[in-house]
Amino acid sequence: MHEMSLAEGIRQVIEDQARRHEFARVQRLRLEIGRFAGVEKEALAFAFDVVMRGSPAEGATLEMIDLPGRALCYDCGEVVELAERLDPCPICGGGKLMPQGGDEMRIKDMEVV
Amino acid sequence: MCTVCGCSGTVKIGDLELTHEEAHRLGLPHGHDHGHDHGPDHDHGHDRSRPHLSGGTIHFGLGVAGTSVPGMSQSRLIEIETGILSKNDAIAGANRRVLRALGAYAVNLVSSPGSGKTTLLCETIRRLDAHPLAVIEGDQQTSNDADRIRATGAEAVQVNTGKGCHLDADMVAKAMDALPLSPGGFLFIENVGNLVCPAAFDLGEDAKVAILSVTEGEDKPLKYPDMFTAARIALVNKVDLAPHCDTDLDLIETNLRRVNPTIEVIRVSARTGEGMEDWLRWLKGRLAEKTLRKAG
Repeated sequence: MHEMSLAEGIRQVIEDQARRHEFARVQRLRLEIGRFAGVEKEALAFAFDVVMRGSPAEGATLEMIDLPGRALCYDCGEVVELAERLDPCPICGGGKLMPQGGDEMRIKDMEVV
Repeated sequence: MCTVCGCSGTVKIGDLELTHEEAHRLGLPHGHDHGHDHGPDHDHGHDRSRPHLSGGTIHFGLGVAGTSVPGMSQSRLIEIETGILSKNDAIAGANRRVLRALGAYAVNLVSSPGSGKTTLLCETIRRLDAHPLAVIEGDQQTSNDADRIRATGAEAVQVNTGKGCHLDADMVAKAMDALPLSPGGFLFIENVGNLVCPAAFDLGEDAKVAILSVTEGEDKPLKYPDMFTAARIALVNKVDLAPHCDTDLDLIETNLRRVNPTIEVIRVSARTGEGMEDWLRWLKGRLAEKTLRKAG
């Protein structure tokens, strides 16, 4: 969607953290991305390389951890895990599902020097 | 080049041939040949944490940082656990506090380009009569939409996002500063016509209102589920055209509820006025709720 904006958001967080924790360089950054976050991971990896130029995270390794998509089924009332947003409920086959998490876009941690 | 020590090439440890990086990661002692001689008094300026064998000399702390903590690698791990959009969300929170203090109700109008957002908004403003309100218009270019809103007599600010595909909370904060916002009034934020990106950016609004016109196809909620999941209400617009386009309005509603079982749906036509009174009743009801919550 707007992976360039997301990469800019990541850069802002890194620059804030660099001042607070006084590090010079980020070697590795781990993101947690929910399955329903609407993030195209390849596009984000590309944007990351471009946007981090001149920042402490230039050249850093980017790792993305998938978080499962969960949804509440309005037919059987169960919270179920879904691989795809439009999959039917794996328990009852119902089609009305409201996401309950899985839209996370979080910086988990980073390895710095 | 190894990102730990800066050495290039490989190292041999027993029968293993490894890159420098691999050797560091495994914590294996290995040689660091600098390609030049060191005199006996030569100071590497390195701190001492992990020994590195080099031509019979044990070096400590050969990493980039030049500092280290005993027993640990020279890099350190910082737990962040911060949302990527945390800065946007903080500004959105501030916008929300301003609106709450005013008792003003803000809607974020989202749709594809050409769904009839601006026409619907002009008609809404006309029917709200003298009720205090202000409008923020988001588009990549031109002030055409704000001009159309101002022609109704309402206050409007145009935000041009340039190449941006969505409004963000900071743009809205600046636009709110430029507008006269009245206590108990409405703030209409017409987002950039885009069914994807604006879903993720909180602006501080009370509700996202998705507008979907009957000419766009019944399966649009399935093609762009994120936006319709984020919306509290969907306005199915241009219903006067439905018979001419063979549009199945019930199927649109079924698809909307498939991606968002709690979404409210109103069928409207800004052109004929159909459904407009229901939409206005919805708006005034939400404003009254917010005013009550503030008083309570």
